[in-house]
Amino acid sequence: MAPLRFFGVALGTAVAVFAAGAFVHNEYLYLAAYTVAQYIVLATAWNILGGYTGYVNFGAAGFFATGAYTSVFLHKTVALPLFLMIPIAGLICAVLGLAMGYLTLRLRGVFFAIATLAMAIVLHTLVVNWSFVGGARGAYIIRPREVMLFAGYSQYLFATMLALAAIAVSVARWVEHSRLGRGLAAIRDDETAAECSGVPTLRLKLVATSLSGLLMGFAGAPFPYYVGYVDPAGAFNLAYGVNSIAMPLIGGMSSWVGPLIGAVLLGTLQQVLTVTISSAVNLLLVGVLLVTFVTVAPNGIVGLFDKLRRKRGGRDG
Amino acid sequence: MAEPILSATGIVKTFGGFTALDQVDFSVERGERVGLLGPNGSGKSTLVNCITGTLRNDAGQVIFADERIDRLSTHQRIRRGMARTFQIPRPFHSMTVRENIEIALLYAAGPADSEPRRTTHDANADDAMRIVEEVGLHKKADERSGSLTQVDLRKLELARAMAAHPRLLIADEAMAGLSTGEVDEILALLLRLNQAGVSIVMIEHIMYAVMKFAQRIAVLVAGRKIADGDPQSVIANPDVQKAYLGE
Repeated sequence: MAPLRFFGVALGTAVAVFAAGAFVHNEYLYLAAYTVAQYIVLATAWNILGGYTGYVNFGAAGFFATGAYTSVFLHKTVALPLFLMIPIAGLICAVLGLAMGYLTLRLRGVFFAIATLAMAIVLHTLVVNWSFVGGARGAYIIRPREVMLFAGYSQYLFATMLALAAIAVSVARWVEHSRLGRGLAAIRDDETAAECSGVPTLRLKLVATSLSGLLMGFAGAPFPYYVGYVDPAGAFNLAYGVNSIAMPLIGGMSSWVGPLIGAVLLGTLQQVLTVTISSAVNLLLVGVLLVTFVTVAPNGIVGLFDKLRRKRGGRDG
Repeated sequence: MAEPILSATGIVKTFGGFTALDQVDFSVERGERVGLLGPNGSGKSTLVNCITGTLRNDAGQVIFADERIDRLSTHQRIRRGMARTFQIPRPFHSMTVRENIEIALLYAAGPADSEPRRTTHDANADDAMRIVEEVGLHKKADERSGSLTQVDLRKLELARAMAAHPRLLIADEAMAGLSTGEVDEILALLLRLNQAGVSIVMIEHIMYAVMKFAQRIAVLVAGRKIADGDPQSVIANPDVQKAYLGE
């Protein structure tokens, strides 16, 4: 399917999901579904660098929070509408990704992962000490009372995040099938051999870190409006970093479907657990699922299905 | 006479206090088959790495096709028409044989000497299949490269290098660990490539293969070039014999 057509289908799906929500008269549902859509964006963004390129980013929370705090900053200075803040937050996070790529170029494997974690901590410290955006106290964001075309702001936020999810998944799928994506796969498999096959590894890695950052910034930008009150502990929450890794891992990292499945599954489960048991069970579930999948199905749910299909194909043939 | 396709002069490479290459000159004429010999640790692979850009030389210069390239990154050199294989095969293990080759077609596909530079859009599955057939891997085109046997991995290394449409191919121990029949297979492949106009540098320990293949042999010992000339006279050179057999 052509990338644009796929985007059309993705957007259509998003609209359908949104429309289905209209039958349920429950504000809470929008908020819960928003979180799931947000994780689709984050997991998909993470997978461009982690799954396609093979560079594990532990700093997803840093990117997410940078997106969120860009909104806070803009809210306090120029008060743009949200749909304009999102691309700005995305761009700033893309630059952050580019910078991270440049600074950590020489690091591979676990050292790269540690560097990204360190970057998130540095950003966290910066924000804690930046009183204009609320510092450690946090900042209150007053939602606009009304928004055009939508019944309420929660609906608007949910629709926005669904659209972003459609964009993220379409971008990931396009990357996967493009020349860029094949170059990234070559880097993941063997960076030296890739360079010796003519792949401009440095440039491609920077494209991957920027693109991944851009999408994470998208995910973070509406966050202050979603919660109404942002503080560093919330925006830089460990859960974002852990979930961004866990969801692609559980879904499968080799294709765009994996993070989508992982995010929908894990995100929904977490929402259900939060309501039925307690919010603390969230991360426990992530941990248990991670361990299970790493040992039982290292290629995620997508990998499991591939295996099943091959087995069946083998029997038929 | 035409300029050599590759001319490395005064190459120095040190690692800390250790001098791996000491003022080495090495050149390859257009269309020539050169053997590069030397005991383990003599600097052969370091020289190859300095030529292809995996390492940066500390002094000296590398000129390829009339252009100084020793400050270019590896992929830029590859795109100018240079290709190499690795001593230990390095396949893209998550991809099939054909996909491995397509990477080089997509990203490296450089010109033969006179042809205009191919655009990347020319790279397609047909081209990849042609190369797969040329090296005799067509039955395994859709197999994961991670599951190949040693000899097939060597062929894949060569196929991937060929896909870059090189003018100069550096084969770093492309035949190590292969049986005699397999060595002959790879040799035939390299000779065919050479007949198509590709200059080839062969780094090899298998003496009979080098003697059969090379028109000229250069010998490195402890980071210095101690001989360079036609195979018979190089083998007869007492310094070379001393390096290989001891005094």
